[in-house]
Amino acid sequence: MSTPSNSASGSPLESQVTAPAVITASRRMYWSVRRELWESRSIYIAPLAAAAVSLFGFLTALTFSPVHRHQPLDVPYEFAAALIMGTGFIVGIFYSLDALYGERRDRSILFWKSLPVSDLTTVLSKFAIPLIILPLLSFGITIVTQFVMLLLSSVVLLGSGLSVGTLGARMSFFHMSLMLLYHILTVHGLWYAPLYGWLLLVSAWAPRAPFIWAFLPPFVIWGVERIAFRTSHFLGMLQYRLTGPEPSASTARRGNLMEMMSALTPLQFFSTPGLWVGLAVAAIFLTAAVRLRRYREPI
Amino acid sequence: MACIEARGLRKAFGTTIAVDGINLRVEEGRILGLIGPNGAGKTTALNAILGLTPYQGELRVLGRDPWTEREKLMRDACFIADVAVLPRWMRVWQALDYFAGVHPRFDRAKAEGFLAKTTIGRASKVRELSKGMVAQMHLALVMAVDAKLLVLDEPTLGLDILYRKQFYDSLLNDYFDRSRTIVVTTHQVEEIQDVLTDVMFINRGRIVFDCSMEEFETRYLEVMVNPEQIAAARALKPIHERQVFGRSILLFDRVERQQLAALGDVRTPSIADLFVAVLSNQSGAAQGGAR
Repeated sequence: MSTPSNSASGSPLESQVTAPAVITASRRMYWSVRRELWESRSIYIAPLAAAAVSLFGFLTALTFSPVHRHQPLDVPYEFAAALIMGTGFIVGIFYSLDALYGERRDRSILFWKSLPVSDLTTVLSKFAIPLIILPLLSFGITIVTQFVMLLLSSVVLLGSGLSVGTLGARMSFFHMSLMLLYHILTVHGLWYAPLYGWLLLVSAWAPRAPFIWAFLPPFVIWGVERIAFRTSHFLGMLQYRLTGPEPSASTARRGNLMEMMSALTPLQFFSTPGLWVGLAVAAIFLTAAVRLRRYREPI
Repeated sequence: MACIEARGLRKAFGTTIAVDGINLRVEEGRILGLIGPNGAGKTTALNAILGLTPYQGELRVLGRDPWTEREKLMRDACFIADVAVLPRWMRVWQALDYFAGVHPRFDRAKAEGFLAKTTIGRASKVRELSKGMVAQMHLALVMAVDAKLLVLDEPTLGLDILYRKQFYDSLLNDYFDRSRTIVVTTHQVEEIQDVLTDVMFINRGRIVFDCSMEEFETRYLEVMVNPEQIAAARALKPIHERQVFGRSILLFDRVERQQLAALGDVRTPSIADLFVAVLSNQSGAAQGGAR
């Protein structure tokens, strides 16, 4: 994958007189995100593995239990989506916790800081992984997986003499994909932003064991609140954050988490105060993380 | 404009004072060796210069405040903070791609040229390379950056003699020209004596000695004194005296060479010997002052 780039052109003499290249902020951001993908390959390997597992399960079901062929086929599709996105979410958590801690532990922060990339760019590029890259990747992988599933079941159905058209109608593949994209961008991206912000902040600060520092404080706050005031507002707040904005009763019929969380129309979603409060909190966490990284040295 | 200019540079960690009011001026085109015992404050001073740590006092590096302008400073300055800070997961081509992607003064062809002289493969991961090869790789990356200031903090620690020699050779032959400035700290003082243009000793957060190598060579002389002339030699007030194989070696500051030649074999001392002399005199003086 090594790019030969300009090694062919220009003798050493020529290259000495060339003016310094102009590096735009977006180019620095692009390479910073790219280097995150080099370092944490689980970002795409884990969702791919989840996709492989779903496909394997689906294939097994098609081959060995013919009953499934006549059941509503959207169940395995939704399950595959949930598995891949859930994996993406978990990867995002572990990635964020290690992002600013790992570079201090292995001293490579000294290397990164020797390059003309600001702490802001670095932290934002690390924030972009769970916020944008992982959701989009999970979405892409889910779509491809579902498409492969659709193809597989079409082949099986054709073999069994059923018309493919009825399947297509039942599935409304396109509609489901759109729903999924909407869900993944709103919930996994925007709604969870303060969670990732918190994890990055802990990862920038923790002297060791970022995992404990990330999960202990909420636990302590919950315990103190419970004992001192006999209330559980904090727990409720966390639950609200994890499950997403309240859907209206009519749309919650299926009990499917993804459906529930995507049940809000864009207008409803963007007018939920919780979204904006969350984004503001995320901004505060990130600002603190940027500042901390500036002060941080290897541990 | 001086490359590095510090006035009253100070840095304390709690009650421990790491850097205690350093005044420092490094002109463009010098190779300065910063020599000091462990915990003398070398690394802290360098960290302040590189914008890695906040400080008190006045400090300008290439005309910038390193703490608030690290990102801009790093376009014109480069550093190797330690051996083995390259991320272990990184492959050589990734490092090249990344440098080319974010560094405006990086010349990829140059880096590839330096790497071609080594046995480092393009697809190797840092974790698969030996310590010496990692140092080679880092140097190849850094030398391909057209920087005005290069700071090396113990760049060869733990490397064997061959790699160390090669490291400084390529630094001098392939990198240094009169317009660049290099600041280097190391414990292997003898090996860089011929490389340096200036030397500075730092002890307990203070600069205790500062001189150019030209001055060093004219000022300081070491004499292996003939046993019968030891009294005459001591009368010339050596700054330090040590015994080697039963013979006395006296170190003189600003004494005529002809005068010393009569007493025994005269030669230029090593920086290490002068370092020991300066530091032991200093601690003696400090103890004397305390009483």
